[in-house]
Amino acid sequence: MTTTTTTAPVLTATGVTMRFGGLTAVRSVDLAVHPGEIVGLIGPNGAGKTTFFNCLTGLYVPTEGTVSYKGTVLPPKPHMVTQAGVARTFQNIRLFANMTVLENVLVGRHTRTKEGLWSALLRGPGFKRAEAASRERAMELLEFTGLADKADHLSRNLPYGEQRKLEIARALASDPGLLLLDEPTAGMNPQETRVTEELVFAIRDRGTAVLVIEHDMRFIFNLCDRVAVLVQGQKLVEGTSDVVQSDERVVAAYLGTPFEGDPGEEEAAEVEAAEAGAGGAGPKKSAVTGDAESTTARTEDEQ
Amino acid sequence: MSTDTTKNTARNTGAAPRTTLLRALTAAGGLAGVLSTFLAWTWTDEFPGDLTVYGYPGGLQLLTLVLALATTLFALSALEIRGLRWLTPAGSTAALRAAALGTFAVTWFTVIAIAVDLDGLVNLEPGGYVAALATAAPVATAFLLPDDTRPICRPKELPSWAEILIIAGAFAVGLYVLNYGIQTDAEHPEPFLGYLIAVIFGAITLTKSGLITRISALTTTHRSTTLIAALVTAVAFPFFQDKASFTELGVNIAIFATVALGLNIVVGLSGLLDLGYVAFLGVGAYTAALVSGATASTIDVHLPFWAAMITGAAVSLIFGVVIGAPTLRLRGDYLAIVTLGFGEIFRLAVLNLDGTSGPSVTNGPNGIPNIPPLEIFGFNFADDHTFAGLTLDSNGNYYLLMLLVTIIVVLVFSRAGNSRIGRAWVAIREDETAATAMGINGFRVKLIAFALGATLAGFAGTVWAHFQTTVVPEQYVFTNTVPPNSTFLLAAVILGGMGTIGGPLLGATLLFLIPKKLEFLQDYQLLAFGIALILLMRFRPEGIIPNRRQQLEYHETGQLDVPDGTGLQNSAVGVTKAEA
Ligand SMILES: Nc1ncnc2c1ncn2[C@@H]1O[C@H](COP(=O)(O)OP(=O)(O)OP(=O)(O)O)[C@@H](O)[C@H]1O
Ligand SMILES: [Mg+2]
Repeated sequence: MTTTTTTAPVLTATGVTMRFGGLTAVRSVDLAVHPGEIVGLIGPNGAGKTTFFNCLTGLYVPTEGTVSYKGTVLPPKPHMVTQAGVARTFQNIRLFANMTVLENVLVGRHTRTKEGLWSALLRGPGFKRAEAASRERAMELLEFTGLADKADHLSRNLPYGEQRKLEIARALASDPGLLLLDEPTAGMNPQETRVTEELVFAIRDRGTAVLVIEHDMRFIFNLCDRVAVLVQGQKLVEGTSDVVQSDERVVAAYLGTPFEGDPGEEEAAEVEAAEAGAGGAGPKKSAVTGDAESTTARTEDEQ
Repeated sequence: MSTDTTKNTARNTGAAPRTTLLRALTAAGGLAGVLSTFLAWTWTDEFPGDLTVYGYPGGLQLLTLVLALATTLFALSALEIRGLRWLTPAGSTAALRAAALGTFAVTWFTVIAIAVDLDGLVNLEPGGYVAALATAAPVATAFLLPDDTRPICRPKELPSWAEILIIAGAFAVGLYVLNYGIQTDAEHPEPFLGYLIAVIFGAITLTKSGLITRISALTTTHRSTTLIAALVTAVAFPFFQDKASFTELGVNIAIFATVALGLNIVVGLSGLLDLGYVAFLGVGAYTAALVSGATASTIDVHLPFWAAMITGAAVSLIFGVVIGAPTLRLRGDYLAIVTLGFGEIFRLAVLNLDGTSGPSVTNGPNGIPNIPPLEIFGFNFADDHTFAGLTLDSNGNYYLLMLLVTIIVVLVFSRAGNSRIGRAWVAIREDETAATAMGINGFRVKLIAFALGATLAGFAGTVWAHFQTTVVPEQYVFTNTVPPNSTFLLAAVILGGMGTIGGPLLGATLLFLIPKKLEFLQDYQLLAFGIALILLMRFRPEGIIPNRRQQLEYHETGQLDVPDGTGLQNSAVGVTKAEA
């Protein structure tokens, strides 16, 4: 991945800060994503990853900082961000539950088509052509994500894993240059996770850069060219999988142990100590250390 | 009755002998019910619809006759009699129960009404007692039947001319049933109440038996035939009416159904709760009245009607944008409150623009009377016209014009709804955050829906003004006992089924027709209306004609779109429940 660093980034976030009253959920985060890259964003629960995504996509107006896509600053309006070329999925699946699978993807085509009310009412040849083209493109994306045979199902009736895939297909329908995935494998079994991994690689190969939030470390380290670690709203480390994996501060952040130079060490120490005492070291927090074991366990499973 | 049939069928189907016996008894009871309608039920023709004759049924007896016959036929179908099995594709027990219960309800209603109206049971002839007993028996036997276990039968392939014939027949029956209701005597409530009971139970029977599903499947395969049949039925309506007041009912129904359909774009498709929608009808009506050349109009212009229609729609559009633009930026209930306010402001403004409290525009509470009848290219709507031997009176003329407006609105609804913009509306309704994240400009798309709804109401309002010949402010209120009012329109949409075309049309028809025929309820009308709404929301929250989406939303168990071969093979009961 030496070439990617030389090209102009698709996404540049500079000094993004998000405050909710007294709480600073994201504190002065800089991040760049280059064309053809898969970048991971990890961090313990409540670190501000989703909030950062919301700042990037205009769902929140950042208190400070700017986000630009291919050199132009993005206005903090979700539909304009999508129009510009940044699409996203949601951590808590937000499909249009009572629309069919195909219709969901067609809604994703909204920014790349322009037939208005008049053309819908008059139904000229242009309308029919555009509608047919949208359908074709949507079916192609369903084919790509492996949902083509469920095109006419209501999206609420899909199993969980397929709902996540449909969210990806819907996001891809806007032909994005950058795709933001918020925990795309949450709730999936190991097989489904593997399939999603392949899907993300395939998306990258189609020319869409990917920024992905995930708690499954195996998934992240397999996939990402670069990983950024967010802890308490601040970017702690950024680098290749190896660099991040071996960084003791990351391990410490996940385990909740204070370390030398921890940002906000003073106030965090007591809280985290208390949390750890109350059994706060949940499965997600031990993900980094548990990685070695779970990896071997899974490879055995697959054989 | 015939024990040999019982034995035969028991051998054929392997059904438990008890079940077969119960079915046979139900059939026999139904037949007895049919026969009882040929007897006299009372001795005097004071009771509406002459029930005194031996030999042929009349009045309310006809309803008993139809339902009892249905009971018999469904029972025979349950007995797997050849040639009748198609009657119950989704299972017979539930349908039998509904049919038997309906026969019982109509008959007992009639018998009790005779006793109450004429003061005493002495007024019943033996035939009345026979009918009462004969219709009670099948209820007992039908409810002793075990629940359906038979899987749904795959419909038999029919040649397409037969399918088209079935569709035409269904529409003819529909027109006949509607006509029957409209033509019942408004002075006596009994026939209409009986009709209402019969229609409700009849509809339940048809739904439970699976015939409705079967016919709607046919209508989807033969779309254009269905549209033509619907059109022919609608156009034929005024020619069957022998009283001007019946056609007038038809015009009113067409107007309110059209306006409700316009509201359905706003409420049903886009999920925007508009509580002041009737004001847009008022804007259109007042605009048309002002430019109609009426002597009371404060502006001295007389536009031809097509221009008045466009003006009315355009002024409504402007009002829609002015009201929508500031409020649609907000989410949640703001819109409901602002539109509620707007509805009131419209009425108050119209009341006060009378030259004393404000500029002279609307004549205040007097409104604009004597709006001249419509004239399009020399065709005067007030005169009778004869085409090919059929005479259309003034109401008939307006009915056909209104039908044209209805067709336009139906086209607008279906074309807009089934397009990029329509999908955006539904997406906004489903999840506004996700919709904007998919690149939809929520404000813009909602404004288009809101303004389109307003325009369509204004459009219908222009015809309404001429038809009424008067516009007064008091017609355009939030709630009232007589339509139009915003509550009425909203109720028509919700009761009929949100997001569908048929829903608001049917909802408006019922909501207009029922109070008209039940005027004896007087002050209790709103109470009855409220109770009916509560019952409907309890038992069928998705409306009478549900949208496929809503249907699945309210009946979680009914996985209607599971792939063929898994869900549909399961018990018939599960699926019928989902459709109920
Ligand atoms: N709209 C909001 N108002 C107030 N606080 C918020 C809001 N959104 C997020 N927060 C807070 O910001 C912090 C970061 O939340 P965020 O959802 O971004 O975490 P996350 O890193 O995505 O965690 P997880 O891994 O559990 O998804 C949390 O403390 C959260 O409570
Ligand atoms: Mg999150």
